Amino acid sequence: MIRVVLPPHLRTLARVAGGEVTLDVPGEVLTRAAVLDALETRYPMLRGTIRDHVTAQRRPFLRFFACARDLTHEAADAPLPDAVASGAEPFLVVGAIAGG
Amino acid sequence: MSGVRVLVGTRKGAFILTADGRRSRWDVSGPHFAGWEIYHLKGSRVDPNRLYASQTSGWFGQVIQRSSDGGKTWEAPGGGVTMEPGQGPKGESNKFVYDVSPQTGKPLTTHQWYDGTQHPWEFKRVWHLEPSLTDPDTVYAGVEDAGLFRSSDGGKTWQELAGLRGHGTGPKWQPGAGGMCLHTILLDPSNPKRIYIAISAAGAFRSDDGGKTWRPINRGLHSQYIPDPAAEVGHCVHRLALHPSRPNVLFMQKHWDVMRSDDGGDSWREVSGNLPSDFGFVIDVHAHEPETVYVVPIKSDGEHYPPEGKLRVYRSRRGGNEWEALSKGLPQRDCYVNVLRDAMCVDTLDPCGVYFGTTGGQVYASADAGDSWAPIVRDLPAVLSVEVQSLP
Repeated sequence: MIRVVLPPHLRTLARVAGGEVTLDVPGEVLTRAAVLDALETRYPMLRGTIRDHVTAQRRPFLRFFACARDLTHEAADAPLPDAVASGAEPFLVVGAIAGG
Repeated sequence: MSGVRVLVGTRKGAFILTADGRRSRWDVSGPHFAGWEIYHLKGSRVDPNRLYASQTSGWFGQVIQRSSDGGKTWEAPGGGVTMEPGQGPKGESNKFVYDVSPQTGKPLTTHQWYDGTQHPWEFKRVWHLEPSLTDPDTVYAGVEDAGLFRSSDGGKTWQELAGLRGHGTGPKWQPGAGGMCLHTILLDPSNPKRIYIAISAAGAFRSDDGGKTWRPINRGLHSQYIPDPAAEVGHCVHRLALHPSRPNVLFMQKHWDVMRSDDGGDSWREVSGNLPSDFGFVIDVHAHEPETVYVVPIKSDGEHYPPEGKLRVYRSRRGGNEWEALSKGLPQRDCYVNVLRDAMCVDTLDPCGVYFGTTGGQVYASADAGDSWAPIVRDLPAVLSVEVQSLP
């Protein structure tokens, strides 16, 4: 099982209690695309809120962190750190600190 | 006893205000969708407990919400949590995808950009949701960049009515300061094939075949801010209104000018008359008097607040031209709020109730057709939209 931390507004939208989501992600190698696919399958209402429905591009004000690293600009099919794959560390979806 | 339910969209959530038919004591529920921009909420006329809401965010984009119990609980119609991969809903209630050319697969058309070049349509948000007059599962969405979508399955999926952009003038449309938004949808209660819409800054359009084909209805509009002031399109229409008993008569608050049409929009004439300013955003019609019209004059396009710092609704009982100021109960000094285009409505009780919300977070109600006003709430986030349901 891997762990995903969502921004508070998306936790509310997905009706997730607590701070983390745990997901079973299929595949030999854990990638960001696989994590988001699994997340959107479990929580269909999140489709379109993290990445575009059609292009699957990341929404501009969201970033992806893990293991104290900014993975936002890594390829979507690049392997995520082993610590994320093992569940030792969470994969974080983070909203930019901006706005009113 | 009859009652009313006022649906308020704000910059930071939705609020639902309820009262009995006297409309003097109010219950306030909310914020619903706290922290999100709620551009608009509206209820179905045939099933008042069916509500639709447009929830948007610069971070997370568009979400459509639906209630089947009058706003007590809400759901994203795209579906709930699923533990069975491949078995769950597809989460398409947030998916607004413009049609492309079936021949080329490329965008149907482009519009004028700020630098004069052509720019593809890019979905940003839903400004207005208009439930069908006959089917609670059918609802129209007016979106930015300007387009019209329809759902026939309670908001689960959306299809564009692309004839609006495809009728030929699309390349001449351009964004106003608030974006290129389709903000007004009027369904003709006497003719299910007739739909009116309005776009900033393109103008008003009409369909007579249920939304398949469209034509601009802007003859008689005069706008100094476009190269040809009487052009077919390019006018910054802020709002349209009609009375259900006489849907061929339309009233319009344009960027500047209050206008009237007696022929379904084929021609317009100005009825600003003695208004202190004919700039404004809202316009609506009394529920029982088709010639009684309400506007809220705003000082100018550069100064979005009431003239002289006095918040006044103006009422014409003659279908325009002759207007009276309604100020009893409204602030008459140091008031510098705005009233945005979707933020006025009327109920169908007798006497007719009138409601409007301000960017200062007040929602005012009049239970006597505008003669006197009182705030229902004073300190909400900036109000984007106000709708009211008259309940049995």
